[in-house]
Amino acid sequence: MDSEEALDRLPVAVRDLTVAYRDTPVLWDVDVSMPEGKMIAIVGPNGAGKSTLIKSILNLVPLTSGNVTIYGKTYKAQRSMVGYVPQRGSVDWDFPTTTLDVVQMGMYGKLGWIRRPGKRERDVALECLEKVGMASYANRQISQLSGGQQQRVFLARALAQDAQIYFMDEPFAGVDATTERAIVDIMRELRESGKTLVVVHHNLETVPEYFDWVILLNVRVIASGPVEEVFTREAIQKAYGGRMTFLPDSVGEPSGPLRRAESLGD
Amino acid sequence: MLEFFTEPLSFPFMQRAMLEIIIVGALCGLVGSFVVLRGLAFIGDALAHAVFPGVVLSYAAGHNIMLGASVFGLLTALGIGLISRSKRLSHDSAIGVIFAAFFALGVVLLSRQTGFRQDLGSLLFGNILGVSRQDVLITFVVGLVIVAVVFLLLKELTLVAFDTNLAHSTGYPVFTLDIILLLLVSTTVVVSLQTVGNLLILALLVTPAATARLLTDRLNTMFALSVAIAIISGVIGLYISFHWSVAAGGAIVLTATVLFAVALVFAPQHGLLSQQLHRRQGKHHVHHFHAEGEDLEVH
Repeated sequence: MDSEEALDRLPVAVRDLTVAYRDTPVLWDVDVSMPEGKMIAIVGPNGAGKSTLIKSILNLVPLTSGNVTIYGKTYKAQRSMVGYVPQRGSVDWDFPTTTLDVVQMGMYGKLGWIRRPGKRERDVALECLEKVGMASYANRQISQLSGGQQQRVFLARALAQDAQIYFMDEPFAGVDATTERAIVDIMRELRESGKTLVVVHHNLETVPEYFDWVILLNVRVIASGPVEEVFTREAIQKAYGGRMTFLPDSVGEPSGPLRRAESLGD
Repeated sequence: MLEFFTEPLSFPFMQRAMLEIIIVGALCGLVGSFVVLRGLAFIGDALAHAVFPGVVLSYAAGHNIMLGASVFGLLTALGIGLISRSKRLSHDSAIGVIFAAFFALGVVLLSRQTGFRQDLGSLLFGNILGVSRQDVLITFVVGLVIVAVVFLLLKELTLVAFDTNLAHSTGYPVFTLDIILLLLVSTTVVVSLQTVGNLLILALLVTPAATARLLTDRLNTMFALSVAIAIISGVIGLYISFHWSVAAGGAIVLTATVLFAVALVFAPQHGLLSQQLHRRQGKHHVHHFHAEGEDLEVH
């Protein structure tokens, strides 16, 4: 698996990764491979380092040690293969700009310095907005969008990045059920066309339904692999520790009465 | 009535002052928009104070004050860039401590100059009525460069202002772009010093842009309005200063502040009045905050 050739075909390989803020480790000796064409969930309690894992793959936080490869090369070399949906709360939605402009920002990386988005970029952006059901909001001020709509705009922006691997940081946080369904549909479409999706996810209940692969994280990797194999009661309990009082009876069954771990933690 | 406007313009010093304030207004309106969007008002203030020793030194040596100011402006921009890069310091305190010290250095240097005291006022509060043709020319040329840089990097500066993470992950050098923005601000401060002076320059950078922000939600409209408001404030302030013999810098800043106050109350969407009205009419148009999931339209 770790031979050079295999690494080339691996969308994301994280090796011995440690990230520390000041002297506190946020991620400790993380070693995971993310297979191609899968929907991969990163789950774990608050403070488990889920967002940090994505950010360290994307070179957004300095690594204390270890390394990350995207299809066998550094992130820097493979940047154009990557799409990113940050947490919705990471930007100022009162910023004076329109929905269309935000989606076009997804193409700035490929446009390069100084060149402005033109008709082609505009068309692509409109197409992406169409896919997320937001075409009629193209000229809307972003401050006028609801939480679910903002999340769709972020997704459209990632689509405009036209990537091979998509990283999404809590795309379902604070969105309504309809938006969640719409986002999942798009994610599945992306998977069908061979893309890899890496998603920080909070709702344990929907993991078996939405995802093929799961990484259970709590500073260290607790378990990583196909959902049906590794998403077990024991592994979840280990990841959430004593903070998880209600454990599901039937993990692995989409209809299982699994509670939201998030609301029980902290 | 017409004379009110034409009479001042018959004096060459007023013609130069008008020209200068129009150029400076345009620059401050444009660059100030980024200061407001990025929340850099405090850093703008620090920059303005930190160039003071440079002003004193070049004045004492008989050079154009823009020369020394630009050296200190450059150093300060780089210094602030480095400070904000470190994660361990509280940026506000670090910037506050260091650049207040720069200003103190200017005061000390100034106290060593003899026969210099009467000029203190013009250094601190500006001396727009005393600008030379050369000053206007320098402001114009430097201004062209600033406008060109902003225009070329508009996409990049906007991206970093809105979403640093995306800028970073798509390969734009966020730190370098931040330094460029700081240099734009410090250069604008330097060429604007003579209009309203060290202590009031912040107002010219922030007030028109903040006013424009209240009036529109479109970026390009904000730039245009900010430039227009800064120029109008400058021109009105100069007329007031001429006819009622009050300090030009103060009159300009107060004019800008009055325009800001008017916008704060009467702005169509963000104004206090309209927000009060909306609140009364229910929440149909409250666009700052929507309850999650409310008003979602599925296509």
